Amino acid sequence: MHLTTDVLVIGAGGAGMYAALEAARLGVNVLLIDRSLIGRGGATVMAQMTVAAAVGGECPDHWQHHLVDTLRAGRGLCDPALARVICEDGLECILEMDAWGVGWARKEGRFTQVMAPGHDRPRCVYVDFLNTGPAVSRILRTQLIRSPGSIRRVGDLLVTSLETQGGGCVGATALHLSSGELVTIGAAATVMATGGLTRLYRRNSASANMGGDGYALALRAGAALLDMEFVQFFPIGHLAPRMIGMDPIMWDPFRYKLGGRLLNGNREEFVQNYGAAVSDKYIVTRDLATYAITKEVEAGRGSPNGGAYLSFEHLSAEVLREAFGPVIDRIANNGIDLTKRPIEVAPIAHYHMGGIQVDAQMRTTLAGLFAAGEAVGGANGANRLSGNAITEALAFGRRAGRNAAQDALAGGALRWDGARHDSHWYTDGPSSLNFNPAQMLVELQALMADEVGPFRTEAGLQRALDRLTAMRAEVGEVPPKGTGGLDCVRIDWFDLFQMLLVAEVVTRAALLRTESRGAHQREDFPGLDDSWRLNQVVNTDGNQLNFERRLVPASVPILDPVEVV
Amino acid sequence: MSDLDRSQVNLRVNRQVNLRVQRGAVGETLRFETHDVPFEPGQSVLDALRWVRANVDPSLAIRYSCINANACKECMMRVDGKTVYACLAKLEAREMVVEPLPNKPLVRDLVTEVAPSDEELHQR
Repeated sequence: MHLTTDVLVIGAGGAGMYAALEAARLGVNVLLIDRSLIGRGGATVMAQMTVAAAVGGECPDHWQHHLVDTLRAGRGLCDPALARVICEDGLECILEMDAWGVGWARKEGRFTQVMAPGHDRPRCVYVDFLNTGPAVSRILRTQLIRSPGSIRRVGDLLVTSLETQGGGCVGATALHLSSGELVTIGAAATVMATGGLTRLYRRNSASANMGGDGYALALRAGAALLDMEFVQFFPIGHLAPRMIGMDPIMWDPFRYKLGGRLLNGNREEFVQNYGAAVSDKYIVTRDLATYAITKEVEAGRGSPNGGAYLSFEHLSAEVLREAFGPVIDRIANNGIDLTKRPIEVAPIAHYHMGGIQVDAQMRTTLAGLFAAGEAVGGANGANRLSGNAITEALAFGRRAGRNAAQDALAGGALRWDGARHDSHWYTDGPSSLNFNPAQMLVELQALMADEVGPFRTEAGLQRALDRLTAMRAEVGEVPPKGTGGLDCVRIDWFDLFQMLLVAEVVTRAALLRTESRGAHQREDFPGLDDSWRLNQVVNTDGNQLNFERRLVPASVPILDPVEVV
Repeated sequence: MSDLDRSQVNLRVNRQVNLRVQRGAVGETLRFETHDVPFEPGQSVLDALRWVRANVDPSLAIRYSCINANACKECMMRVDGKTVYACLAKLEAREMVVEPLPNKPLVRDLVTEVAPSDEELHQR
């Protein structure tokens, strides 16, 4: 089947849905596709709580204050122009979402905002209870359905390659999951909104769709990626006891609202021993907390399952219920009474700061290709500020959609007719694999967690590279021949094919960066090295990965924060 | 060892689940397969199905994206005759029967068409 559109948006999370809405406002035809259900499969729907925006609900604020905090959190590596888009455009998007009825929490008519680590004031809006992601997704999907523009939504499409002609992106080839058929899509402009890569890790807080396929697709098509070594680990992901039906990052909102005490296996507070200020508020940054928990476990002071305790035992049942309502029942259904016992938490892969290189208009280095949301690299530098992920999804999505539509309207862009499709992936292939691809995915996640996690050494990274090379050889270049709908072996093969490339890019970038900065900690190169205030850009010629160092773009002028109160 | 640690150790007794799973794609003869899956308290039926794919048979068709957060709503199926999300269905150390939704078009094994019709490639 062949589909034609003006703007193709790949990925229907927050970034993709906003991009589709904005493109349609300009009057172009939009095709929004996702490998899962529209608005259900990405990371947005899983967001628990905080969305940073300087709406000034609790106290006076300005997006420039937000920008100062974003740049500081990024440890010198943010592209300031992209960070500015998050803070300035993001604010408009949050207010637009409010007008659409997303339901940001309010008290006496004013936005309720929580204080999150790294912010200078309460800046994070949310939807109760732990309902931010579902509410954001639902309102965007509703807007898509109500849009007077031309937006076609199609789920079940797994993009297997971007198509290029004359040095530009002209569309994509996709596997229709529920039938197994080949779908070619010609587009004047394409927006990559496929999210991050946290599925590469054993314990992660993202969906199974987020194996970094957008990075691999863009890189193979000729777009550059940058800062791929910076994977953010969320320090207090749920570890034990086992729970069902809860997101592993659920304890973050508990800390925002209730504080809570982070304790080692001896039931002692410990983050202050790693340079964090002592406070009954939740202010310790993600990179530092991840470091502190990991080091306590290494020193033999971890909790029984290899993490830290998080305790709310000092709080009454009434206080818990007031803050989290029905969520307390869901926790109780898992046999947990927070007033009686602590739970165990440990760092969990949460977000990727690196990604596809774009300019402030969300243009990648490949003509005709835009990127949005977590798929974009550079905005958050070496460490993302709490609350910026949903904001960037919306802000980048809106900008990418607008610019993609303008390109399509300008005309002149090539539009693939599908005829020159030359992929042998849909015609050839072995009738079976001689390995279990589901098992290899588990092995890949273990390898990345053990050797390319938050703490890295040359020896470990080299071991990872050797094993990745062997796995790539085993997976090969041709998927097994399709056997119809929901052919999970074939789907796993495509995921492995993309994930192994992305894993190699992350590992090689981590090996090259001989310093420790933010989310990238080299045990053999402790401490920040000023000469490494550089972005790493990677391209491929199809045979090998080429890494280059780039000076971090110059800062945008920021007014003295005092002036903008 | 604290009481907390001991209670967790005591829970880790060696038991298993006998998972009876319906197999077959649309148009094929449907059949049941039984898999013995190691049981750990606090697991979901989805965990057990993922274990079968990684350790026994990767061709078993299931679909999910959020894994265990009940956000994606893709893992809807029948467990012991009741319609559930597999990620919310508690695994138990006994025989459990897992089937696709009876009222949705079958794709393969435990996967049915659950997308709204206006979001399908081939609109019905």
